[in-house]
Amino acid sequence: MIRKEMIAMLLAGGQGSRLGVLTSEVAKPAVTFGGKYRIIDFPLSNCVNSGIDTVGVLTQYQPLRLNTHIGIGIPWDLDRNHGGVTVLPPYEKSDNSEWYTGTANAIYQNLNYIENYHPEYVLILSGDHIYKMNYEVMLDFHKENNADVTIAAMPVPWEEANRFGLVITDENKQIQEFEEKPEHPRSNLASMGIYIFNWSVLREALVTMSEQRGCDFGKHIIPYCRENGRRLFAYEYNGYWKDVGTLGSYWEANMELIDLIPEFNLYEEYWKIYTKSEAIEPQYIAADAVTERCIIGEGAGIYGKVYGSVIGPGVIIGKDTVVRDSIIMQNTKIGENVVVNKSIIAENVKIGDNVELGIGEEVENKLNKDVYSFGLVTIGENSVVPPGVKVGKNTAISGETTAKDYKDGALASGESIIKAGDRI
Amino acid sequence: MKALGIILAGGNNSKMQELSSKRAIAAMPIGGSYRCIDFALSNMSNSHIQKVAVLTQYNARSLNEHLSSSKWWDFGRKQGGLYVFNPTVTSDNAWWYRGTADAMYRNVDFLKRSHEPYVIIAAGDCVYKMDYNKILEYHIEKKADITIVCKDMPVGEDVSRFGVVRMNEDSRIVEFEEKPMVAQSNTISAGIYIIRRRQLIEMLERCAEENRHDFVTDILIRYKNMKRIYGYKMEEYWSNIATVESYYRTNMDFLKPEVRKYFSNEPKIYSKVDDLPPAKYNVGSEVRNSLISSGCIINSKVENSILFKKAFVGKNCVIKNSIILNDVYIGDNTHIENCIVESRDTLRANTYFSGGDGIKVVYEHNERYVI
Repeated sequence: MIRKEMIAMLLAGGQGSRLGVLTSEVAKPAVTFGGKYRIIDFPLSNCVNSGIDTVGVLTQYQPLRLNTHIGIGIPWDLDRNHGGVTVLPPYEKSDNSEWYTGTANAIYQNLNYIENYHPEYVLILSGDHIYKMNYEVMLDFHKENNADVTIAAMPVPWEEANRFGLVITDENKQIQEFEEKPEHPRSNLASMGIYIFNWSVLREALVTMSEQRGCDFGKHIIPYCRENGRRLFAYEYNGYWKDVGTLGSYWEANMELIDLIPEFNLYEEYWKIYTKSEAIEPQYIAADAVTERCIIGEGAGIYGKVYGSVIGPGVIIGKDTVVRDSIIMQNTKIGENVVVNKSIIAENVKIGDNVELGIGEEVENKLNKDVYSFGLVTIGENSVVPPGVKVGKNTAISGETTAKDYKDGALASGESIIKAGDRI
Repeated sequence: MKALGIILAGGNNSKMQELSSKRAIAAMPIGGSYRCIDFALSNMSNSHIQKVAVLTQYNARSLNEHLSSSKWWDFGRKQGGLYVFNPTVTSDNAWWYRGTADAMYRNVDFLKRSHEPYVIIAAGDCVYKMDYNKILEYHIEKKADITIVCKDMPVGEDVSRFGVVRMNEDSRIVEFEEKPMVAQSNTISAGIYIIRRRQLIEMLERCAEENRHDFVTDILIRYKNMKRIYGYKMEEYWSNIATVESYYRTNMDFLKPEVRKYFSNEPKIYSKVDDLPPAKYNVGSEVRNSLISSGCIINSKVENSILFKKAFVGKNCVIKNSIILNDVYIGDNTHIENCIVESRDTLRANTYFSGGDGIKVVYEHNERYVI
């Protein structure tokens, strides 16, 4: 019988709609981060580095990129004879076939997968945070306290505490109460959405709650465990942890990587982040190029000037082009004499010559002001921007646009061009 | 593919100076992110050769480390795969490999047990891209016993360290001279051969009987008039790295856009993947016409140079026309010009290295206190 002490279940089915056009064709965990990585690389690498060799990845929304990225798990050493990584999409059953309706429901639909490994503990992770964490230490904490459920929580500034789901603990870190975005917070420990369950406890809860529509860990399973007198503990985490759920926080987290000594340091030896790399050749910096305060991925060709930016593998930046404070993802080609200011440009985009991005006054986005703000220009993957156009701030572009889409050769601040039916 | 591959990677050359004290030539880093043997290996993989033997001998530690997994070149297969043959002591032989023919002869069982009709033999110290299927077609068309890939070197180039050949109008090789004092032509052997497997076994066994050990002198040159030995001229980029000058020049070739493009286009050259973060350019970095590999951190001036993986360049440095191999730490205010800096070196702050008109191989091993 195969037996694993702890296996991980990684929730990677979410769209991450607040990332706008960045996630119109890929699930949020597959969005690139820091030049060469994808967001899911962080929890996956944490798993291997913590000695967890069995990981189920639950996918649902736009899984193609995720599937090809994960493959059989070679980059993370998760190609194992026993265990390894398994991609778990929703599947048809003889009686009720349904999509994953909630985080806990997704786990419930894969009870058999977990049962295969007879684990003692199950670690629940989500695929949309940037952090380095040793889950083994968290498991030790869980065992020491003889806990049924351990929730990872981190201290947040008191004045921001009202934006989070908070846990209130006693002096032994045993959880007494939960508060969801309270007006007057009584604690500043925010739940990070990382849980360790005793498998027997989780299993019982999942089966009992199986009829619950949209069964969710935070809303249903954790409260159920508490009501039934289970021992819930909060594991305090004090390292770097970043939710990259909005374009603003995504941009900020990327920009933090280029600090002289970044708080989140990718250059440390002992906790490597692994990813599937397609390009391996070095990057070329041309004779009249400038690269200052930036990180650049493999195989990129820089012929223009780049300041304070994150440049992905295989990106070409043309002559006399100036890129500032931007994120440019894999294999995007930027023409000559282009100005790029504070933009997020997704994979395989083509920007024509003499384009200007991110100019003019800041105006609220008319399509969705909650998503496209922070003064950013956001361009979805495989988009084309024709030569010579001017694009303002808080704008979004997706699809193959032509000069006709730009009134007077410009896209004013706050406007959007979203082409092709299925894109949001 | 109807052939198996053999890569000769045991060689050393005193012309490599200190560079070869650390590793076999086939394991020399090339172009920022490759090892020399990656070119032959990737060519074989891209030519759909499924079974490849690498013969190693001289200081193979670095090479073995590089070949520790066959998956990078897609050789992790049930059919075929990657075989690394180091010389071993057996009941009837306690010698090292005494030459290239001896190296193959000592692994003749591998050849006998294979079923592919042809063998492609390639040197591990050359940088090139090639579809071996084309040469095999040529070999069959010419009804040749052995086909040697040849290359015309530019007029005026010193070819005295190569095998120099002369072909007749039918491309048959009529003269073959190894490392001639005075070369009769500027056509050289590129160190890539095609031969029928049974023919090779026969010749190797005969050689062994006669106590001869070298593939070039004892097979190619000796059988030149008896067997049909043909030359296949390649026009594309080819470079041998077995001297410090040619090693330096081959690397610098990667700064030319046409060479870089040629090698980065499909089919790709594969190499072992190191999980390194992107290269980082801090304030003060001033990089011009240079290749920078992943994991580098740069704080100052780099010009016309190639930085291999994980180089750290401190503040106020000047690096010019130089090659910095893997995992080198360069302290502040250091000046490096016309140098090859050996891998894992730590250069102290405020030092000055210059190759003058030539190329200097920098080989320092100071304690590294940082990082």
